[in-house]
Amino acid sequence: MELMHYLTLSAILFSIGFFGILTRRNAIAILMSLELMFNAVNINLVAFNRFINPGEYVGQIFAIFVVVVAAAEATVGLAIIILIYRNWRSIDADRVNLLKW
Amino acid sequence: MENLELLVPELFLFVWALLVLMIDLFSSKRSAEVPAYFSMAGLVITGFLMVIFQHGGGALWNGIFVADHFAFFFKIIFLGAAFFAVGSSFGVVGRMSHHRGEYFSLLLLSTVGMMFLASAKELITLYIGLELTTIPLFVLAAYIKTSRSSAEAGLKYMIIGAASSAVLLYGLSIIYGLTGTTSIYQVTINLSIHWLAYGDVGPAFTVAMMMIIAGLVFKLAIVPFHMWAPDVYEGAPIPITAFLSVASKAAGVVAFARIFMGMFIAFSSNIMAPRDWGSIVALLAAITMVVGNITAIRQTNIKRLLAYSSIAQAGYIMVGVVAANTLGIASISFYLFAYLFANMGAFAIVAIFADRTGSEQISDYAGFAKSSPVLAAAFSVFLLSLAGIPPLAGFLAKYYVFAAAIQAGYTWLVILAVLTTVIALYYYANVIRLMYLTPDTNPHHIIPSFPAGMVVILTVAGVIVFGILPQSILELALNAATSFAF
Repeated sequence: MELMHYLTLSAILFSIGFFGILTRRNAIAILMSLELMFNAVNINLVAFNRFINPGEYVGQIFAIFVVVVAAAEATVGLAIIILIYRNWRSIDADRVNLLKW
Repeated sequence: MENLELLVPELFLFVWALLVLMIDLFSSKRSAEVPAYFSMAGLVITGFLMVIFQHGGGALWNGIFVADHFAFFFKIIFLGAAFFAVGSSFGVVGRMSHHRGEYFSLLLLSTVGMMFLASAKELITLYIGLELTTIPLFVLAAYIKTSRSSAEAGLKYMIIGAASSAVLLYGLSIIYGLTGTTSIYQVTINLSIHWLAYGDVGPAFTVAMMMIIAGLVFKLAIVPFHMWAPDVYEGAPIPITAFLSVASKAAGVVAFARIFMGMFIAFSSNIMAPRDWGSIVALLAAITMVVGNITAIRQTNIKRLLAYSSIAQAGYIMVGVVAANTLGIASISFYLFAYLFANMGAFAIVAIFADRTGSEQISDYAGFAKSSPVLAAAFSVFLLSLAGIPPLAGFLAKYYVFAAAIQAGYTWLVILAVLTTVIALYYYANVIRLMYLTPDTNPHHIIPSFPAGMVVILTVAGVIVFGILPQSILELALNAATSFAF
């Protein structure tokens, strides 16, 4: 396994996540796509740490912070989705379109 | 053992935010007033603590957390914005049946995040600061639980905010991979060494830079990454909209300045023309000013008008960022300072008006000057300052930003900026015309509550005083600019 393999995996995951955000209608699926993007970053960080400077832990520490932040974001995200469900009886992001120009 | 005195203001505000929660829990009086006044006191005390502990400057943990003049200046802006936001929140929070303390607590926690962000000179800290800033704001945007539009604003802000920070993070991870470090100072050195050795930093660097620009520009609501902003600004509670449009924007500018002025400055000028981030940002600034101002013309909702106006204002700020010299940093610092007073003031009036009439339509401001002459005059002052009319603070702010851009050789951008200012004057003046020259169909004699009135008085005073006597703030802004090595 070389660095390039990890980076390719990460780039593919990131792209899938980004594609998911743009195309998914279900708010939960959008949240899952977001998690994919954050995890792609984590793979990047840990792989760089392992192959570029294995003596230090900066990349791994960064990854831990990203995990924590992603968890916080998912928590708030789920709370907001519950709020959306209570107001609309649906979590279809396309139906949530009160505000527009 | 490091000397943690430098962190006292941040830690104090953090503890104070938790205290606000407790006070709301145990206070017998079920109203917004107790936690709100308590929060305002905490923000003022934090300001004094900053003067005591951070004015002299210093750094912690090998420069991960620095207290330079730049951080100091922007922390004042954040604290000011939070103070004014709390001051104009009495009405909206007073109407809520519960969760009043949490509202103020989250506002203070978001401010703490911004303060960390302003002091961060290391990518992990910078990222955490940015997230600490935005996550409480997701909740605050969705705070009116019974309102569909507020919930929608929260959802949109959350998705866009998280997606943009993921893009930003991906860029940061590539930077880490290229340089093996997350210290902004060390990244600059490693990149320079690489560049000197090979004459190029490679395509991966370009990708990383693009992703960082895209991620940050989303947060700043720069066209074409602005679609979320008007929706979120319209749906969120008015004081939160004000806070988003001033403090959150200033936080984005700080992150931008830290990364681009601190890290990539060596790669900005003609040395590396293909990797010149300046021309990309100049292009974004140009589109933003044109689209923001033109779209603002046809708005009928005052919050949406101010949302597009703040998109356009972000374009003017970007003109100063593009300049990327000492005057550029000083000018954007001063710009945000002037913008703080004008925009927080304008939103305070909108909040007072909406609290009383329940309306956010521009047409309902017809004849406002007859029924509430003082408020209408104050609103006019704010709008004229946003438009950049002398002798108000907004005029000097625009003047220095344009001067910095001309000094940096972006004359075409300044010409465009001046032209769009004329468009801006049209829609600001339109509101003023409506207030003064149309008959009063539906008179509202509005007397604001004490805290809201205080916010209006302070912001009017700021706009006028710093327009006529800008010397002290200009010196502070120029000092702030010395934090960057050009």
